[in-house]
Parts: sequence; structure tokens; C-alpha cells
Amino acid sequence: MSTTPNPAENTRTLVVERTFPHPQAKLWRALTEGPLLAQWMMKNDFEPVVGHKFQFRAEPMPNWNGIVDCEVIAVDPIQSLAYNWGVGGGESGLQWVVHFTLTPAEGGTHVRMEQSGFGPDQQQAYQGANYGWQKFFGGLERVIAELP
Amino acid sequence: MQFVQNFRLTNHNQTVMVSLVKQANANPVFRALADPTRRAIFEELSRQGEQTVHALTRYAGVSQPAVSKHLTVLKRAKLVRHRREGRESHYRAHPDALAPMVDWLNHYGAFWRDKFDQLEALLERMEP
Repeated sequence: MSTTPNPAENTRTLVVERTFPHPQAKLWRALTEGPLLAQWMMKNDFEPVVGHKFQFRAEPMPNWNGIVDCEVIAVDPIQSLAYNWGVGGGESGLQWVVHFTLTPAEGGTHVRMEQSGFGPDQQQAYQGANYGWQKFFGGLERVIAELP
Repeated sequence: MQFVQNFRLTNHNQTVMVSLVKQANANPVFRALADPTRRAIFEELSRQGEQTVHALTRYAGVSQPAVSKHLTVLKRAKLVRHRREGRESHYRAHPDALAPMVDWLNHYGAFWRDKFDQLEALLERMEP
């Protein structure tokens, strides 16, 4: 498990990595079979089908309805999985993309989780603005490096 | 025992999510930067330094009233500061206001590390 060392890089994209002492196919099952996914993430109606809209549901609490709204955007069996991740609901909420990459590693499987803002679809959805979150943060690296 | 442990972890994760959502609702920085045009304006100010509303309007490719509206939102979030000189308003970026965003990513880092702990526990329980 590690995060990228550069603080500016950390700010642009969140990366959490870990090597699990289990085969890749088993990891894939844990990430893509709803009942298994529920055991380590949250209750869900996930299906590994591009375009499938689903929710992660936790117990509602004050200030959070317990729901994460998601849509599957990429499925590449046992290697790569990505979905949108929306909290706070609707237009006022926050949208992210969560991307899992699985690679065989010595003694197991390396899992890389990358969370970044605003997928390509959302960029296109806004007229007159070609500036995705990634690019935005890219341009800000210098500025953020100077933050206290 | 396993149940108790899971319950605790879940509870902790919910607390993390609540603090994330609370932060999002409470913090106009996220709202302000959720809009791509505003992000573009803020990025341009960070890159180029102080700009007039006119220059920003040329850059953003939307109407001047729209740019002014965006600047008001950015100003409310303290992401930009402005000064008047004659008939022109000059805006500059105030990147210190981004600090909550850095916190946000730290929170999510904790969230995913907890989730990975639970994934590891699940993998142990699963058939090979």
C-alpha cells in the first residue's frame, strides 16, 4: 500500500495500492460479484456491465443519505474496472471516477485504486468548457506545491 | 467477534463518508470548482496572474455577465480576490482557499485504506 509521493500528484488523483496474497481471479470476484462486494464495500446492486447504473447503500446518517450513485464505465475482466462515483445527489453533488487495476504480482495480485474527478462524458456535457478536472489539477500543480 | 469487528469498521467508514459529505456541503470551494467554466477561469488566473473581467471573458468564451456570475461564486469561496481600478475589475487567484480540497483527498485516502482492510479480510474468508 502506498500513495504517490508527490503532494501535487496526490491532489490531482488519489491512488491507493496494495498487493494481496490471493490470485487475480479471486480479487476480480470480490470486486465484481455484488454479494462479495457488499462484504467489503457497501450493499449494492452492482453488475459488471458497462452503462449499468447502481448504488452503494449504507445506513442513512445525519448529513448523508447513505447513498453513492454509480455507473459502470469500463469492464475488462480480471484486469480493470471503472465506475463513476457520485455523492450528495444531483447537480449539487460531487462526481468522481473510481478505477481499479489488477495486475499479477509476486505472491499475489497488485490492486491499484485511482480516484479522480470528472470523466470524459461529463467534460463533454458542459458546453464551452474543455477543461477536465485532471487538466485543472495539472495546471495547479505549481500553485498547490506552494500551499502551507 | 468477526461481526463486531465488521460493525466497527463499517461505522468508521460511515463516519468518514459523513465527514466527506459534510465538508462538501459546508464548503463552497467544492461547489465553486464543480463547474468546468469556473475551474477554467480559476486555472487561468492561477497560471496568468491578475486579469481583468474583459480578458477573462475573451478567454472563457462565454458572455461577460456569465463570467461575472462565475467570479462571484469563486469570490464567495474565497478562491479569487478582486480590486477595482477605474472602471475595470481585476481578479487574481487565491490558492490558499484550496486547502480543504487537500483535506478531502486525505479523508478519501483513509476511506479506501479501510475498505482495502475489509477486502483483505473478505479474501481470507473466501474459498480459494
